[in-house]
Amino acid sequence: MTRDEALFEFLLRMGDNTLILGHRVSEWCGHSPVLEEDIALANTALDMIGQTQLWLGLAGEVEGKGRSADDLAFRRDAWDFRNVLLCELPNGDFGQTLMRQFLYDAWSLGMLDRLKTSSEARVAEIAEKALKEVTYHLERSGDTVIGLGDGTEESHTRMQKALDYLWPYVGEMFEKDKVDEVMIAAGIAPDPADLRPRYDETVSRVFAEATLTIPDGSYVHKGGRTGRMHTEHLGHLLTSMQWLQRAYPGAAW
Amino acid sequence: MTRPATDQVWKWLAEVPDPEIPAISLVDLGIIRDVAWQGDTLTVTITPTYSGCPATSVIAMDVEAALRAHGIEKLELKRQLSPAWTTDWLTEQGRAKLEAYGIAPPQPAGGPSRCPQCQSTNLERISQFGSTPCKATWRCRDCLEPFDYFKCI
Repeated sequence: MTRDEALFEFLLRMGDNTLILGHRVSEWCGHSPVLEEDIALANTALDMIGQTQLWLGLAGEVEGKGRSADDLAFRRDAWDFRNVLLCELPNGDFGQTLMRQFLYDAWSLGMLDRLKTSSEARVAEIAEKALKEVTYHLERSGDTVIGLGDGTEESHTRMQKALDYLWPYVGEMFEKDKVDEVMIAAGIAPDPADLRPRYDETVSRVFAEATLTIPDGSYVHKGGRTGRMHTEHLGHLLTSMQWLQRAYPGAAW
Repeated sequence: MTRPATDQVWKWLAEVPDPEIPAISLVDLGIIRDVAWQGDTLTVTITPTYSGCPATSVIAMDVEAALRAHGIEKLELKRQLSPAWTTDWLTEQGRAKLEAYGIAPPQPAGGPSRCPQCQSTNLERISQFGSTPCKATWRCRDCLEPFDYFKCI
């Protein structure tokens, strides 16, 4: 695998994470429990779609086959997506959505912080930009997890249930394969495992305050970032997200 | 054609309003990073505020339209991501215009210093986000008016 082949894969992973999670979060638009949360979720989704344009735009450039960010987003099928499974899981209730966001934001912050000093300047500048936005997302998702976890009996129960459901998907974000090895050797991206201590420190602190307990068990659901196997949820998401470009290829406005 | 001085171009750009917060100009917002001539081509370097801000493409169109109206024929717009935009680049004039318009300007402390309507400091945050990516929603506990706060990043 050449450096650019690995870099393309790496950029797809970054861009597909933000694309798929951004789309998931946008599904809340007009459905949130209160107006302020609706606006907050829509803004978060918007930031992630903006980051997607940068990551997938660069992916297309590195690939060198003339594919744009839009081509990559709307004209690939499920098996070509490289997002972690966590990002494609359904929204569930509001608490589950914010728990998923928190588990992702905490990883994203650590990753971007390291990518800021990437040997690949184009990666470093995207990370610098995205980091500012993700810092803000993490502040909000962390605060909401604490507010709902340490809230009423009902909200606490739901947040614990969300954590029990989502936790087995966390491990995939720290997996390593050949793509990562090339990225590490080239000084482009960190070893995913190196991000784990800071991540554990962040989530433990927030869960302690939220009176939530990380479930026992070490089983990890994976296969998204390598493209080996996505969940059944991704295809359903794509049918809605890609519908217009599938029905009217090349449509623009 | 004669090449207008870059100072003149900056003055023209200072008259182009931000499409979402028209009370301030693109120069006030601090997103115009450079204006330079390269041969007979004018290069304007613009940095986005937030990566997903929908105003970004409108801003590029507005800059192009304004400069074409002033007779600039060869124009190149460059996107610059680094250094990332910060609210420190808002001009003093921009901050004053925001407050007069009813939007509290950004503060390093992370929240507004006073209500833009009645100047009270008795404030509460309603949402970390607002009507555009660059704003949060606050309320004054004295005059009870909700208002936008320009987030500090």
